[in-house]
Amino acid sequence: MWMTLQPVLGEIILAITASQFMLLTGLSKSKKRPDLIRLMAVVGLLAFAFVGFVTDRNVTETFGGAFINDDFARYVKLIIGLAGAAAIVLSRNYLRSERLDQYEFSVLLVYAVLGMGIMVSSNDLLTLYIGVEMQALALYVLAAFNRDSLRASEAGLKYFVLGALSSGILLYGASLIYGYSGSLRFDGIALALQGDYGPGLVGGMIFLLCGLAFKISAAPFHMWTPDVYEGAPTPVTGFFAGAPKLAAIALIARVLYEPFGDLAEGWTLALMVFAGLSMVVGALGGLMQTNIKRLMAYSSITNMGYALVPLTAGTLAGVAGMLTFMTIYVVTVIGVFACILQMRIRNGIVEQISDLSGLAETNKGLAITLTVMMVSLIGIPPFAGFWGKWFAFGPAIGAGHYFIVVLALVASVVGAFYYLRIIRLMWFAEANEGFVAAPRIERSFSLVSAVLLLAMGILPFITYPGLNLIRDAASSLFG
Amino acid sequence: MLDGIPILTFITFIPLVAALVLMITARLSKPDSRAQIERNAPMVALWTSLFVLVLALLLTFSFDRTTADFQFVEEANWISDGIKYRMGVDGISVLFILLTAFLTPLCILGSWRNIKKRMLDYMVAFLILETLMIGVFCALDLVLFYLFFEAVLVPMFIIIGVWGGKNRIYASYKFFLYTLLGSVLMLAAMLWIYYYSGTQLGAPTTNIEVLINDLKIPGGPQIWLWLAFFASFAVKMPMWPVHTWLPDAHVEAPTAGSVILAGILLKLGGYGLLRFSITMFPEASVTLAPLVFWMSVIAIIYTSLVAYRQLDMKKLIAYSSVAHMGFVTMGIFAMNVQGVQGAIFQMLSHGVISGALFFCVGVIYDRMHTREIAFYGGLAKKMPIFAAIFLLFTMANVGLPGTSGFVGEILTMIGAYQVNPWIAFGAAFGMILSAVYALHLFRETVFGDVQNEKLNDIADMNARELWVLVPLVIMTLVLGVYPSLITDITAVSVDNLISNFNAANSAVAGG
Repeated sequence: MWMTLQPVLGEIILAITASQFMLLTGLSKSKKRPDLIRLMAVVGLLAFAFVGFVTDRNVTETFGGAFINDDFARYVKLIIGLAGAAAIVLSRNYLRSERLDQYEFSVLLVYAVLGMGIMVSSNDLLTLYIGVEMQALALYVLAAFNRDSLRASEAGLKYFVLGALSSGILLYGASLIYGYSGSLRFDGIALALQGDYGPGLVGGMIFLLCGLAFKISAAPFHMWTPDVYEGAPTPVTGFFAGAPKLAAIALIARVLYEPFGDLAEGWTLALMVFAGLSMVVGALGGLMQTNIKRLMAYSSITNMGYALVPLTAGTLAGVAGMLTFMTIYVVTVIGVFACILQMRIRNGIVEQISDLSGLAETNKGLAITLTVMMVSLIGIPPFAGFWGKWFAFGPAIGAGHYFIVVLALVASVVGAFYYLRIIRLMWFAEANEGFVAAPRIERSFSLVSAVLLLAMGILPFITYPGLNLIRDAASSLFG
Repeated sequence: MLDGIPILTFITFIPLVAALVLMITARLSKPDSRAQIERNAPMVALWTSLFVLVLALLLTFSFDRTTADFQFVEEANWISDGIKYRMGVDGISVLFILLTAFLTPLCILGSWRNIKKRMLDYMVAFLILETLMIGVFCALDLVLFYLFFEAVLVPMFIIIGVWGGKNRIYASYKFFLYTLLGSVLMLAAMLWIYYYSGTQLGAPTTNIEVLINDLKIPGGPQIWLWLAFFASFAVKMPMWPVHTWLPDAHVEAPTAGSVILAGILLKLGGYGLLRFSITMFPEASVTLAPLVFWMSVIAIIYTSLVAYRQLDMKKLIAYSSVAHMGFVTMGIFAMNVQGVQGAIFQMLSHGVISGALFFCVGVIYDRMHTREIAFYGGLAKKMPIFAAIFLLFTMANVGLPGTSGFVGEILTMIGAYQVNPWIAFGAAFGMILSAVYALHLFRETVFGDVQNEKLNDIADMNARELWVLVPLVIMTLVLGVYPSLITDITAVSVDNLISNFNAANSAVAGG
């Protein structure tokens, strides 16, 4: 019993964590204590992140092979768990000041992470669907968490309607695949591809891919992103930009490399279209934005385009490159949103880019950390963003996909324009009324993230083990 | 003398450490002592850069000029087994380190009183810039080189943007995006080389020595790679027709920023061509040399003509820089000893001369706050010392024998003449044009009567400005009459470069 449930231990921990909140809060009549629940949620998420290091690495499959927890899943869960914990800690001050501090926030976030855990561990079309829906439903509610705000409700509704549509597409693809292969299990699908297979399998794969492309907001399925990013509460947006994207792209990697590995010619082209469109749309769309959260939405569309580039290679280095890129991206995003959370004047929260004017004079520390993140996003060494690009674009070059890499690099120059605008405003412009002193949590998150971005770019005792861990993770897709 | 000391790491990173110390102590201290740190920041920066200069001199004197191998090599783990932290110098790079270490203290001294706001940030930016510039010349790993090469953009962007003139934001964007676009193409080529070395040598690597000596890249890809590297270096040089960012950047940058830009940053492109393009892609370099020749000659003649029509002094000097860099590219792609020696000499001497010219413009700009040529006239009567010094550098810019400007231009022309006499003829014609614009500038500002009343009580140069310019005067004259000071150090490395280049090409022709 214990042995067979080992792979799913992390998810069990999360499920218990989240469900006991409901029980506890339902039973007790006294004041619900969000802080205590937050603490337990963080502990649960950290346990979920690190449980992969404790459980037996050789026992990977359970539930009759529908659930798999290989090194790839373990690594992705490590990052997702940490990102989830970071989101909960970061949201505390925001929720309090916006009078949104309800315990459901932590519960929903834990459920979302649970869904992502199931996504990256899915080895079966049904598990896949359950995972995707579980995280999506939790995220819809989180997006509309500030239910008295028109913008947030609009964001939640838009996200829900389009998300439901994409789930429909995904489900349709899954049914086609099942119909033509006769199997829900990934290895069964791979087996079906060995023999004669009908056109439905290819079509099903494309539908599945489109459904998942929505989740990573790859163009042309990116329409929801700017509105949702802008409308959702800032800590939620910060969470949206990192963990769910990583989970969905990890799922794409698994689906394409494991069951559909033999169809590489087909999906390589599809991925290139998604990647190319996302990079162009994200780079051009961000140019005229004035709201920093919308800007980060376009930035994330571009970055998802970059993250798809290594997957087109179809090699181990490609998967490793995607994981490297995404890990660095998640760190950057957490840092950037920790900075955005510090944008608060006496009258409340501000989100316009122009509010950053003259920050180098009023708040040098924040200006420097945000500059580090922008420089890293542009991809200037020695910051980690450069290495993300290096390891992401290299495998595609190695596979001979020169066009997409040159397109990506040119898009990164266009994108540099809007990151530079933020640097310009902070350093060159006249100072506004300064921000009020930020709480320690936000300050330390942005500082740690900036330091990490530098450290990951220059310190061998971080890069060597990090890259080894990622290589192990990637190689489990090529077992 | 320097055995066992990681001297290159020290030279490179001491300015960075000083910058960090300045920044952190200022942040941690109380407001009143912060003001004191702010006041003392230039002094700290000056002493740091002087210390680096001493180290760079030590390095140059203990440099073994009888070998073409890399010296003072340091290696440490960095990212992976293929991408390591590797530093070293040879005859080509060692003098550029000295040039950087020589110009930086002068820049700091030169901006002593002219920077009105955020002195501490300014000094920090310059110290970081010094680290990055020296790093470029020390790096023996392609990615490490790219790191320094690319990171230079950020402090320079901030220097132009914060302390620049009216149109500074436009200029800083143009500078950044132009150079970034060139660099990302080089990045794509670097990735290709990284993966190709993995298939050819067993493990991917970016070690420059291994790439140069062991990796044989076939002719077809060489052309593309060469073009990608060239895109980056040509923007940095800058070569016609991608030079348009330079005049804007120069005009808007503060004086010391212009000096660094003209003195060092433009040399990164030429250094890159020497270090990478002709060593790693010898075949493509031969094939595409005519292209470079024509671009160089067009640059020399066209930008000289453009320079003549400028109304702004800094713009005039900026265009003249483009013309002088044309000699460098012409010399490099002549692919013979005279050409390459001349190119290196020209880069070093132009670093001194153009730096000095920008300082000269800075001297009168600080007094009158305009760089318009028509505003001035008759300065010889009011500022005799300035007029003498400015005359010397004008002549050096023209390439008068006895100044360092002459040596580089004559050597590159000798080199080019052996390959293509027409190109050498065009370049010689450009030298005449350089006399036209340089003398025009000098006549309009220094000679004649004082027409403008505002100039009546303009003061001559003060001691600080003399301290900045006299070392440059000495360098220009010493190098002009005794060029072996440089060519002796570079000789063995250049010979080795040329013979490797010829060997690579004859191997292709023979096999």
